[in-house]
Amino acid sequence: MSSSFRTPDGGRIDRSTTLEFVFDGQSYAGHAGDTLASALLASGRHSIATSVKLGRPRGIAAAWAEDPSGLVQIEEPFPEPMLLATTVELYDGLAAHGLPGQGRLADVPDSARYDAMHAHVDVLVVGAGPAGLAAALTAARAGARVALVDEQAEAGGALLGSDDRLDGSPAADWVASAVVELAAHPEVLHLQRTTAFGLYDDGFVLALQRRTDHLGGAAPRHEARQRVWRIRARQIVVAAGAHERPVVFADNDRPGIMLAGGARTFLHRYGVRAGSEAVVFTTNDSAYAAAVDLADAGVRVAAVVDARPEAPGHWLAACADRGIPVRSGSVVTGTDGDERVAAAHVAPLADGRPGDAEPIACDLLLVSGGWNPAVHLFSQARGTLRFDAALGAFLPAEELDGVAVAGSAAGVMDLAGCLADGRRVGAAALAALAVGAPAEPALPAADDAPAGLGPMTLWRVPDGGDGSTSFVDLQRDATVADLARAAGAGLRSMEHVKRFTTIGTAHDQGKTSGVLASGITAELLGIPIQATGTTTFRPPYTPVAFAALAGRDRGRLFDPERTTAVHDWHVAEGAVFEDVGQWKRPRYYPRAGEDMEAAVLRECAATRSGVGILDGSTLGKIDVQGPDAAVLLDRLYTNLMSSLKVGSVRYGVMCGVDGMVIDDGTVLRLAEDRFLVLTTTGGAAKILDWMEEWVQTEWPELRVHLASVTEQWSTFPVVGPRSRDVIGAVFGDVDVSNEAFPFMTWRDTTLGGVPVRLARISFSGELAYEVYVSSWYALAVWERLVEAGRPHGITPYGTETMHVLRAEKGYPIIGQDTDGTVTPHDLGMAWAVSKKKPDFVGKRSFSRPANQNPLRKQLVGLLPVDRETVLPEGSQIVEFRDDGRLPAPPVPMLGHVTSSYRSAELGRPFALALVKGGRARIGDTVHVPVGGTLVPVEVTGSVLVDPEGARRDG
Amino acid sequence: MQLIECPWCGPREEVEFHYGGQAHVAYPEDPAALDDEQWAHYVFYRDNPKGRFAERWSHAAGCRRWFNAVRDTATYRFESVYHPDQPKPVIP
Repeated sequence: MSSSFRTPDGGRIDRSTTLEFVFDGQSYAGHAGDTLASALLASGRHSIATSVKLGRPRGIAAAWAEDPSGLVQIEEPFPEPMLLATTVELYDGLAAHGLPGQGRLADVPDSARYDAMHAHVDVLVVGAGPAGLAAALTAARAGARVALVDEQAEAGGALLGSDDRLDGSPAADWVASAVVELAAHPEVLHLQRTTAFGLYDDGFVLALQRRTDHLGGAAPRHEARQRVWRIRARQIVVAAGAHERPVVFADNDRPGIMLAGGARTFLHRYGVRAGSEAVVFTTNDSAYAAAVDLADAGVRVAAVVDARPEAPGHWLAACADRGIPVRSGSVVTGTDGDERVAAAHVAPLADGRPGDAEPIACDLLLVSGGWNPAVHLFSQARGTLRFDAALGAFLPAEELDGVAVAGSAAGVMDLAGCLADGRRVGAAALAALAVGAPAEPALPAADDAPAGLGPMTLWRVPDGGDGSTSFVDLQRDATVADLARAAGAGLRSMEHVKRFTTIGTAHDQGKTSGVLASGITAELLGIPIQATGTTTFRPPYTPVAFAALAGRDRGRLFDPERTTAVHDWHVAEGAVFEDVGQWKRPRYYPRAGEDMEAAVLRECAATRSGVGILDGSTLGKIDVQGPDAAVLLDRLYTNLMSSLKVGSVRYGVMCGVDGMVIDDGTVLRLAEDRFLVLTTTGGAAKILDWMEEWVQTEWPELRVHLASVTEQWSTFPVVGPRSRDVIGAVFGDVDVSNEAFPFMTWRDTTLGGVPVRLARISFSGELAYEVYVSSWYALAVWERLVEAGRPHGITPYGTETMHVLRAEKGYPIIGQDTDGTVTPHDLGMAWAVSKKKPDFVGKRSFSRPANQNPLRKQLVGLLPVDRETVLPEGSQIVEFRDDGRLPAPPVPMLGHVTSSYRSAELGRPFALALVKGGRARIGDTVHVPVGGTLVPVEVTGSVLVDPEGARRDG
Repeated sequence: MQLIECPWCGPREEVEFHYGGQAHVAYPEDPAALDDEQWAHYVFYRDNPKGRFAERWSHAAGCRRWFNAVRDTATYRFESVYHPDQPKPVIP
């Protein structure tokens, strides 16, 4: 396609570089420096897509992120939906098509990289336009640590889209020199293509940097495509500029209808004439610059339609010089056109009502209804806004600690004023910080702004009808008629109006439509706009991809993985792993043809009849040291720990102050003043925190210190009647006889010079030894144990077998068989609750009436009568009924199944359950609904295997 | 994300901290001497004011030490941080 709308020279594009791209299947060409929108406009293409609800043709209505209309889907090089043609920088090979309001996510994973960076600065300046650059220079020259972020590809802000001059030269020269100076300051971080999209507490700002998007398929794969900057700033200067606001009139949504400033930007920045025959409709002076500049570039400007009764003298003369007719006191009431706009209806305005309209032919209709300062970040910081009648816009109404607004974002609408305001606000930020000497850099001289007339506030031109083609939010197809319906329905709050009409909920979050909706609603209700206000500005300022927010925290890096020292051995042996907290633990080791059930039955039988080995390294381990270590443990465990002898081990239970069990485990007394506390895998961090909390906040006088040694010590239970043979073979210097090394004691030894600790602890009821060794040597020791066990058929087993073996013995898993409402007595562990100690955490709660209730749920065993059904864990247990049918709802619940397995030892399935008054029901039959049937189960004691405890000594 | 002043480490991001409920609720001297209601007040009852509230915080992902803070529950602003053994400060 030809670039018939490209100017012969000018603009900030590289005309020597041609970029080929495809839009809607058609080939186009553009230049480096173009956006997709500017390249399409250069080829004369305005129409982008049809609208979401009404299917009306829509085009490009602005030059940057405020465009409510031109949404596209990128197809190549990687699918990405819902981008604005105005913000997609053009690259070679780009393929895209227009979107009717909704996109499509890629059906392949995004292979690009995303990451995050932190920055801590004295002053963060958002926006590198004239005000932002002046603020950044002021702060940088004083030696402050400065971050300057700007969403465009290059610095300059509004200067990029104008022909302004500074110190007699093009403004771009001053911008370039400012950028060079900032780069020379070592403490300045200057990021372009970086949008500060959210402002949070205490100077915390999130900014999205698009690092390689503009390179398309040529982007280096090793570089993060986008980066989220997490910036903590002591002072923030919001110099985010202003968005032009349209005026609403009938059929104001056709392609070819554009904000006047947008057309000026397309001309000056991209060398593109947005049309050949233009009508300019304005309520203020700013659009005259667009009319004059476009006329100078060869666009025939058929009329400037100024709603104000009088046009500004300076601009009248400029228009007269170019033969541009100016119709003051007039408005555009509607448009004609097949797809693109073909004519504007212009009518005189009398007493606020338009008179008879006359069509004026045009293929471009530029609109300006004034400017909305971009107060988004200020508003996110909970800054309040006020409506400034003279400016016709909402402005910051207060000074916030640490967040200041400068330039046109603060309502300063001329270049010299923006420069001065940026310097003033930058200096004020420095003064607040007391960083360096507030410098006052000389500012470049801007040309005098022509004397002008104040703007007129005009939200809409009445269309004489119901307003159903007067679009307020183009992306949502929401009109003045929708606002009238909202007002008619009694809605008064703009928050409600927004949700009723959906105005301001699209990709642009109401950058052009939000204040219009407030203004029109106020008119409809007959109240001042200050009374309606705006809706809340929320992050993000512009859309942010979830991939960018996720950064590197995806896939395997989503959550840290913890593995034991023997992990690779487990992998090599074909273990199936399960996640226990962040740990990867072997669940079972299937042999060829085995499913989990078969593998677990085999592992259980081998362990109970011969010997098994488990990697128990994930058990929490806390080293408790100090003269008062025993005092602390006595206060935190329900049983007595101070009487434990050095060399011995004791099982203990910990409760909260409410008397409910929070953890259990064994305690080894290593010395008079030193204990090793073992916790559950899941409770390791929680219990260390719990102990620390008491030591620090209640008993700081105790001389005791706590340290986690979970990862330092690997732990391997060797379990089963043959375990003594294995341990004896590996540790020949230890007398492993029951007399010399009885149950619940520990012994230190060495293996090849490496210290090893052995403990007679059993979580299965079998003869068992736990082997503790420094994780550095763990794999070697594990392999020695396996080697020594080979003659005995040693079987590695995983967590599933561990669970079955412990459940057969009625040993609860805290957090599985308990849920925070279970006392030691409920678990049948009254024996682990000291009656001698005057107090310990939880003791006083045991005597509360609720804890004395005989109908409390108690841990019992369940045996399905059919000897076949494995009850699903979590199943409810219901009241016995003679007729075998469920009683009418609500069905009386007795409790629930907490653990359920198939037992090799018992030759049948069994379960543990919490049952109301359970111990009194032993011998009863209760029922468990499974699927559609009621399964009868016998209530038993919780210890189903070896209730006499005959096996633990081998 | 707020910055919270740890009295030992200085200002750190809020995700490093763990909330510990109302401060200055001491473990009773002799729990056995309390009746059920008094004990229940210790275990279950805490103030829930709008405005200044003395709270316990722990710098869980930092120095792992506990401290107290007076925080405004309406504005989230931390008005004072102090050591656990110090009395609640008087803030004008």
